[in-house]
Amino acid sequence: MAKENIDPAREAVENRPGEDYVIEMLNITKEFPGIRANDNVTLRLRRGEIHALLGENGAGKSTLMSVLFGLYQPDGGVIKKNGEVVKINNPNDANDLHIGMVHQHFKLVEVFTVLENIILGVEPTSASFLKKKEARSKVVALSEKYGLKVDPDAYISDITVGMQQRVEILKMLYRDNEILIFDEPTAVLTPQEIDELMEIMRGFKAEGKSILFITHKLNEIMAVADRCTVLRKGRCTGTVDIADTSREELSRMMVGREVSFSVDKAPVEPGDTVLEVCGLCAPSRRSKKNAVTNASFNVRRGEIVCIAGIEGNGQSELVYALTGLGPVSAGSIRLNGEDITRKSIRRRNNAGMAHIPEDRHKDGLILDYTLEQNLVLKKYFMPRFQKGGFIKFEEVRRFADGLIDRFDIRSGQGAVTRARSMSGGNQQKAIVAREIDYNADILIAVQPTRGLDIGAIEYIHKQIVAERDSGKAVLLVSLELDEVMNLSDRIIVIYEGELVGEFRPDEITVQELGLYMAGAKKQKSGGEV
Amino acid sequence: MTVSQLVSGILASTVIFSVPLMLVALGGMFSERSGTINIALEGIMIIGALSSCLFLNKTNITASHPLLGMSAAILIAAVAGGLFSLLLGFAAINLRADQTIGGTALNILAPALAIQLTWLIQGQGQTVINIKNVRITQAMLGLTASENPGFFENLIFKYLYLTTPVAIVLLIVSIIVLYKTRFGLRLRACGEHPQAADSVGINVYKMRYAGVVISGVLGGIGGLAFTVAAGSGFQSSVAGYGFLALSVMIFGNWKPVNIMLASLFFALFKVIGGYKDYIPFLPKFSNITASENIYSMLPYILTMVVLIFTSRRSRAPKAEGIPYDKGAR
Repeated sequence: MAKENIDPAREAVENRPGEDYVIEMLNITKEFPGIRANDNVTLRLRRGEIHALLGENGAGKSTLMSVLFGLYQPDGGVIKKNGEVVKINNPNDANDLHIGMVHQHFKLVEVFTVLENIILGVEPTSASFLKKKEARSKVVALSEKYGLKVDPDAYISDITVGMQQRVEILKMLYRDNEILIFDEPTAVLTPQEIDELMEIMRGFKAEGKSILFITHKLNEIMAVADRCTVLRKGRCTGTVDIADTSREELSRMMVGREVSFSVDKAPVEPGDTVLEVCGLCAPSRRSKKNAVTNASFNVRRGEIVCIAGIEGNGQSELVYALTGLGPVSAGSIRLNGEDITRKSIRRRNNAGMAHIPEDRHKDGLILDYTLEQNLVLKKYFMPRFQKGGFIKFEEVRRFADGLIDRFDIRSGQGAVTRARSMSGGNQQKAIVAREIDYNADILIAVQPTRGLDIGAIEYIHKQIVAERDSGKAVLLVSLELDEVMNLSDRIIVIYEGELVGEFRPDEITVQELGLYMAGAKKQKSGGEV
Repeated sequence: MTVSQLVSGILASTVIFSVPLMLVALGGMFSERSGTINIALEGIMIIGALSSCLFLNKTNITASHPLLGMSAAILIAAVAGGLFSLLLGFAAINLRADQTIGGTALNILAPALAIQLTWLIQGQGQTVINIKNVRITQAMLGLTASENPGFFENLIFKYLYLTTPVAIVLLIVSIIVLYKTRFGLRLRACGEHPQAADSVGINVYKMRYAGVVISGVLGGIGGLAFTVAAGSGFQSSVAGYGFLALSVMIFGNWKPVNIMLASLFFALFKVIGGYKDYIPFLPKFSNITASENIYSMLPYILTMVVLIFTSRRSRAPKAEGIPYDKGAR
């Protein structure tokens, strides 16, 4: 096996003739207060290759790329382009070196048109007046050449996320960039859009452009990359040829131990219906239309029902309506037979509902409260924790320590740690602990593993399956297809607020699911599926 | 008073009072479009009016050279307003202070400074800086005034000050700068998504300073325009026009043409009280003491009503009020 699993420091000093590196980042070190985000990392990008950068959250991928793009200055190490040392002080310098980046969170101005966004920063002008006509013809020519179809006069706020990504790619092409950085580009795309993106990336490679592809999805690396550099906790654990490696090996390099990809589950044995939703409509937060129209479904004991869909198709509004955080415009919600459509959030909770919210900072935690205060947030008013309006602090502490122990929540100072200072994975563990401890009949889990690394994902999946196995009903809302396929007993697809299909995971492929999610297919007419 | 005289009179007054509102609201627009809330417009107006009125009062230049004198006064108001706004820029952009508090501090500082200076220069208790009537007459332009001026002559020349044509020019320039130039595109990007602007190499701090200083320049000229329109000299106050301009800006949805229309609308209600005795259908409230104040309240009451109905639909620049921190992720 021709693996380059060698000490990066040694590799850096080694001069290997015959290799055509377009970018070399040698022994890069970058420290932030209290954390060494990059520790002596070396990454070499060959001309015309697709080079994946793999690592868990917080492994230092984004930091490394921000260094290359001039957003951060490294504390140590050098960057070479075509063998010559270069200094990249800001994105302008990067642009001058023909380095471009598609950021994970798109850097697009919503109220600008596609064209305005593309030219922003490199506007063609005469006497500082914009020459939009000239810019437009260049953009149109580029979008035709690379098959990146966009309407230059559409506003960003009106186009889909996939389109927005094309705008970001066109931004790089408009600047004649030769080195293209894609920061987690597939997180927001449907399976079809992912395939298209892979094709586009292969097209760039054929043109001789060099691509750095940041991701934590192994399938995509195996499908499209030539080589892969793996980071773990800020350190480089090696660079491998994709042809000589496997998913298992990559994940071992990334996590540092064996990881199981599948979730072990006993066959489903559904019991009584817990949640019954009938003809539910929920208003949109942005327009006057309904974000959810005529949704009907139920969730029974001992099963995991998953609402699958692309972000922004009404999932948030549906969950808000179910949990009482948002309004219901029509229809009914019954929990254990009781109509809770107009009940307050606490009444719903008491009737047997637990909720792991989509946005853990907004709806899940009070970030400036301590861990124990957050853990007792749904129970502080119960006689166990208060007497005459005074909190029984010792009891709260006992309760919190119990959960911290049981769910292995790690934090700097234990129960009195501020939630804000905890890592994302442990914040999520705290929420999971609180909601599971609530011992409700139904657990509504919305994107419970968003932004978490493989280890934490594995843990949370296990907890959710354990809930199901203990006879609870679970409603899972997820954008991650792997999660949908692995965890659910039934899948309901939501598209533009309508439930367009219901499947068992073993009777549908990911590709087909993607078609339903993108609205290209629909199972039956009407809301009942 | 004939109907023609009445209507032309009302319209002429409307224009003259809309000028300061429009200029200051345009200033606010540039600042907020770049991402900095400029609540200090009131203070900036006061500083602009103070310095230009001092200049007019001390030099008495308008007696001999009315147009030249006014041009110089406008320039001085612009520079003074621009300099004063740098204080806001420093607090909001460099120190990342809360922009509302920073602006409020300047609003408190400005009138105090104005009264202090007025007393120092004019003597204790003298709160007014008088300025010479600086109206542009037909004679200055080489025209002869009619004996019985018609509708349009009345409309144009009844209250024509140099600030009015300057304001019209500045409106047109504002539209072009904001929508047609590279500077405008970049400025708007900084107020909407500064991280995006930064990622394509735009210096957000610089653009925000530019926005704040433009608001200072326009605000300063607006202060002079207000004092000229009010006609009673500078009294260390601009009667809340800076705040009124903020609501004009919101009502105008941060867009120049809408701001122009909104300022005409507000100004109409400001002047209508002055003509109440000539308009038969307006109630006179003659049985109420000090009833003349009822009409003076109109523009301010209207502000609240209009904001209640329009602020739901208005769309402010997305990143306004949030200090830009390059390091934040």
